[in-house]
Amino acid sequence: MNITANEILDAKGLACPMPIVRTKKAMTDLKPGQVMEVQATDKGSTADLKAWVESTGHQYLGTVEEGDVLKHYVRKASEEETKEETKYEDVIDLTELHSKIENNEEITILDVREPAEYAFGHIPGAVNIPLNELEESINEMDKEKDVHVICRTGSRSDLASQKLAEKGFQKVKNVVPGMTEWDGPTEKNN
Amino acid sequence: MTKILSTKDLAKKIVNHEDTLILDVRNTDEFDNWKIEGGNVEVVNEPYFNLLDGVDAVVGKIQKSQEIIVVCAKGGSSKMIADMLEEEGFSNVYSLEGGMKAWSEHLEPVKISDLSDGGSIYQFVRLGKGCLSYFIESNGEAAVVDANRMIDVYERFAEEKGVKIKYTIDTHLHADHISGGLQLAEKTGGTYYLPEKDATEVTFDYAALEEGNDIIVGNTAIKVQPFYSPGHTVGSTSFIVDDKYLLTGDILFVKSIGRPDLSGKAEDWVEDLRHTLYSRYKNLSDDLIVMPAHYSFADELGKGGSVSARLGDLYLRNSGLQVENENEFRKMVTENLPPQPNAYEDIRKTNMGKITPEPEDQKVMETGPNRCAVEG
Repeated sequence: MNITANEILDAKGLACPMPIVRTKKAMTDLKPGQVMEVQATDKGSTADLKAWVESTGHQYLGTVEEGDVLKHYVRKASEEETKEETKYEDVIDLTELHSKIENNEEITILDVREPAEYAFGHIPGAVNIPLNELEESINEMDKEKDVHVICRTGSRSDLASQKLAEKGFQKVKNVVPGMTEWDGPTEKNN
Repeated sequence: MTKILSTKDLAKKIVNHEDTLILDVRNTDEFDNWKIEGGNVEVVNEPYFNLLDGVDAVVGKIQKSQEIIVVCAKGGSSKMIADMLEEEGFSNVYSLEGGMKAWSEHLEPVKISDLSDGGSIYQFVRLGKGCLSYFIESNGEAAVVDANRMIDVYERFAEEKGVKIKYTIDTHLHADHISGGLQLAEKTGGTYYLPEKDATEVTFDYAALEEGNDIIVGNTAIKVQPFYSPGHTVGSTSFIVDDKYLLTGDILFVKSIGRPDLSGKAEDWVEDLRHTLYSRYKNLSDDLIVMPAHYSFADELGKGGSVSARLGDLYLRNSGLQVENENEFRKMVTENLPPQPNAYEDIRKTNMGKITPEPEDQKVMETGPNRCAVEG
């Protein structure tokens, strides 16, 4: 699986506690919302990193094993995303989205999370354009399509929905709350 | 400078029931699955990664003057946290050498008794995993029953006692730990005994345990009498040593009984297990001392760290022996079983000689508690 990360931290060959100590330090330099790949060879690092990341409010995306190397993906928490209010008014909930998918309705699911988040689990058929790349891709998209925008918790998709509406998209819906609560089918990148 | 505590010193504290305060800094899932127990141990869990910015989170839980033993998975994080605690004014802090990985491997020999002809019997307590193995010596010879993977411990012990290990014996094909029986026999030129019915798939030569064929240790008659007692596995065999000690393997423990499902045959072996416990063992003398291959609960560790009980007493108080109704018994040993031991299928394959994992992998396979018992 090929996963894009904003930063790569090499903690290979280091024994516990160093992989976590290094990750913690490197996280302070990471921008909110960015993804870091932590390369480690210590087998215990997976469980510890996951527990640490979750206790700090950051996001643990997943781990890929390549030979002896474990590649962990973590995303730095972003305050913007913890805001509860969303501004874009046309929202649909997950149940509704689920039934649209089951009824094979012609909709486009636009997943605006980071590629690494998308890689570890997304709705089958969803298109991935991260929020910060939406601006440049917007002109390639068909404004007539029924676009359902989803992210992790509903706030990045809120911003994306506003942007799409501004640019003249007519049928945009923000899916709330987002992938955190989604219990329908998902797939991973190969 | 961090003070380091060896697993041996920690084991001594536990078997002597000294007050022992442990700060376990592994992540909470691992802690909940498996931790140091026994004696007068008190354990506090706070993952090391919650303490990186300072040890405030544990300050309310432990006193600065108390002796504190910091424990982690391999001994790296515990050293770091012990240093930090020292800097904060904790004056009596130790880091457990090698962490839980080393703790899982420590074997503590406890002398049970002299035998009638001048020999003696020792129980090797694997405190980190609840495994019990036995060393029976007489007149220059020794037999080791249910040897663990760390065979050098038995070899050194035999050297100290000036005896030669002539027999290694497994009561059954183990599913919770990797047997050292074959390797130990190869190393000492001894004979490795296994119950034939548990050995149908093994890839090496062994001697078959048979009821009626006593194993003689030394010239004098310390009989090691095999006693066919199926139920945990189809071949499970017990031993009566010196007409006094009943080595029950994983059939009968002090507070519980063996589970019949680790080879995937719970339903088939319920009858066997019941027959062994409620009929075969019952016909033996009440005064036999039961010496099992495991313990599950820290409070089973008696004085000096040994685990044993009089057979007659177990018929009065072991909950697994109080279920007269056959259906209820069946229910007890087939439903609501605890999770199976870590990697138990690979451990069985290793013990059959079908796979030979790297030493490091063997350690990982064995981590965690033994979970060979059903609670009544």
